Order: sequence, then structure tokens, then C-alpha cells
Amino acid sequence: MGIVSPGFQGRPRTQEPALPPGQYLTEDFPVLSAGPTPRVSLDTWEFVISAENGSEHRWSWQELMALPQETPMVDIHCVTRWSKLGTNWQGVSLDTLLADVDTGAHFALAHSYGGYTTNLPLDDLRGGRAWVVHTFDGAPLPAEHGGPARLLVPHLYFWKSAKWVRGLRLKTMDEPGFWETAGYHDYGDPWREQRYQGD
Amino acid sequence: MTEMSYLDGNMLDGPMRELFTVDLSSAMGRCENCGTTGSMASLHVYSNAPGLVARCPSCEEVMVRLVRGPDRAWLDMRGTTYLQVPMPMEQTFPGPL
Repeated sequence: MGIVSPGFQGRPRTQEPALPPGQYLTEDFPVLSAGPTPRVSLDTWEFVISAENGSEHRWSWQELMALPQETPMVDIHCVTRWSKLGTNWQGVSLDTLLADVDTGAHFALAHSYGGYTTNLPLDDLRGGRAWVVHTFDGAPLPAEHGGPARLLVPHLYFWKSAKWVRGLRLKTMDEPGFWETAGYHDYGDPWREQRYQGD
Repeated sequence: MTEMSYLDGNMLDGPMRELFTVDLSSAMGRCENCGTTGSMASLHVYSNAPGLVARCPSCEEVMVRLVRGPDRAWLDMRGTTYLQVPMPMEQTFPGPL
């Protein structure tokens, strides 16, 4: 028997999951939170898109459920360096929610029950890349993961996928949100490792 | 799954010592939102997050946010009206010229 076992090859490169730079793979689903978990009753839950001209579009829980549902399977990347691959969600595409909204705005500030905010370019919420999701792995989204409903924008770091989302304020000027006013990157592309301001 | 919980404000002492030399655990702070004034050690600190978020124990509004990047830190104390820090007694006699 030789000193180097012929089996000592490691895993073939082709089977390595594709992770953004600086990320590690996790199989569980860490819970991150900047405050107490809001408990929102489905009877009073609503999602509101406020356009820059003052017009508002509102959906109750029943109205959200009556919209066409999609089942994205996506990889998610948290700025605290964990990534989780192939996560299964169900919800409504932002394309559907924005379809009848008359706006010339270029930015959105997502806001949540509990007071959290995060900003995104409006274009990043369109094109089949963003959803309001209410189901994870076939079960109602638990409150600690943002239920009843959270934003899901998997091509950006996960702090942009606001938990307990309540609405979007569409804006002509970019307005930084909770973490974006505390040093985090305005856009947050994990593949360009845009963690902090100036990255 | 477990409910998110918080730590007490004593845990801010180490991270804040990177920025300041004052002993924060003995400092008092006033909440900008509700006016409650108490020891910084009494704040509720949420640390399973991209940064430390310290909230008023009365109204749960954010009083302190501290984000530590690899080579930079950001401190936001908009939610804290003031910090009252214990100081050595001022000398009441003229010092040497």
C-alpha cells in the first residue's frame, strides 16, 4: 500500500456547490433578528404598495392568497456568511403585485411589522426575481423566519428579504434602510461581495 | 425553532471598548423615543444579526446599533438622547500653572 491512498482525492470539483465568495454552506436555517418577533394576525395582516404619487394598492391575506402562486426554489446568502441552497418557497411574484401600479419610481423601501426597513432598486423586484412568500418547505412560514409573509429577493444578501413584510414605498430617490444606514452596502450583491459600504 | 431572545446590555461593554475608553456598563442612557432613563446594562441586545441592536427595555425602540466590519465599525446612537458617564471628581482648587 502506498503512502498516498489512491482514494484520497477529495470531492470532485464538479460536485462542489457554487457559493458566492466568503460564504459557507449550511444545512439548517439560522434565525437572525434585530428585535422582538412581531406576532401578526392574518385577520389584520395587509400588504400595501404606496406609489410616489400617493396612490396605494392594498391586499388582505385572503386577497394575497387568491393571486397566482409561484413556487421558487432558490439559493439564499446571508451577509453573516452562511448560504443555504435549494430552498423551497411559495408566494406571489412582485411582478404580479406591481402589475397595476402606475409608477415612475426607481427605488423601493420595503417596510415591515416591527419597524424594519430595507431599500432596493425597483428593477430588482421585477423580472421574476422577487416574491412575497408565506410558505417554506410546504408549511406556513414560522414567525421567527418572517411569517406570516416575508420578502424573498434571493439574488441579493438575505437582509434585503425583509421578514414580516408589510409593504413597499416606491421612491424617486433612494432611501437607505435599517442596515444600510448602519454600514451595510446599499445594493448587497453576494457575488460581488458587497457587504459593507464601499465594497 | 426557538423564540428569539436577547442578551443584557453588559455584553455591549466589550464591543464598545473597541471604540471608547469609558466603562459603558456603569453609564446611564435616555431613550429618545420614550424618555426612559436607565443603565446601559439594562438594554436588550439582539446579537443574532448582522450587527448588535440594543433596544430600550421599556418601549423596545432601537437605542444603539453597532456594526463591526473587518476594518471599520459603525455606531448609530440616534435612539439615545444622552449618555451619562461617571467621571472623576473635578478638582475645586486651581491646578498648577
